[in-house]
Amino acid sequence: MPVREISAEAVESVYQRLKREAGSGGYHLNPDVDSTKDLIRGLMMNEARYGYGACPCRLASGVKDDDLDIICPCDYRDPDLTEHGSCYCALYVSGAIFRGERTPVSIPERRLPEPARKKMKASDSQRHFEGGGTSLSYPVWRCNVCGYLCARDEPPAQCPICKAKKERFGRFM
Amino acid sequence: MSVKEHMKHVDGKKQGDITLYALSTCGWCKKTKGLLNDLNIDYHYVDVDLLADADKEEAIKEIHQWNPPCSFPTMVIDNNRCIIGFNEKEIQGLKTNAG
Repeated sequence: MPVREISAEAVESVYQRLKREAGSGGYHLNPDVDSTKDLIRGLMMNEARYGYGACPCRLASGVKDDDLDIICPCDYRDPDLTEHGSCYCALYVSGAIFRGERTPVSIPERRLPEPARKKMKASDSQRHFEGGGTSLSYPVWRCNVCGYLCARDEPPAQCPICKAKKERFGRFM
Repeated sequence: MSVKEHMKHVDGKKQGDITLYALSTCGWCKKTKGLLNDLNIDYHYVDVDLLADADKEEAIKEIHQWNPPCSFPTMVIDNNRCIIGFNEKEIQGLKTNAG
């Protein structure tokens, strides 16, 4: 499969945007700029190949709906930051790593294998949403990436905290 | 074609039969290849994301035997054990004292 060449300028521009967005949401990009730009290049390559920015360290299926959880920032970033100090590919790191007090290491995969994932997805859609007799004036939506909650008719086009797109929101209440 | 035909050989000192399943976009895979190169270890690798669908399926099946979650990098040594992820210590341990 021929892979389109991605220019250094294009990578730089995405790097600057991600750095700005990370900073405004209280996140940190890996301070190892060369590795970070390599990962961003991989992310951009995935965007070009599959039509969505799947994690560069995971094998995308090519079916967006099956891979929503690994579109960067992935659903596993925040729990991995808490437990290990970095996300799976180490594009995002903790404050301690950002300040150079620790270095990121290769961490175990938190994403469940495919059969377990499919099962969970099925039970999730069943759970949504029986209501239990509560009366809310608006539905509550949760960002599956960072946990941001909002009560409105529909989720926002983009999460104001982590910039994940609308499709990453799920009905919470 | 099969996965075997897509394997690339990196020449070095033979420390067993080493096969690395990697992704072309993955940072940890890049570090793994870099460390093997620095240690001058002989190995074969394949970037699974660059394979056509049928070969990709075959590669996934091969990886699954060693590492059911199919994460990358997965390195198979002598067809009897594997190293998952960029595990610097274990990779350095591949190099025998004689190497």
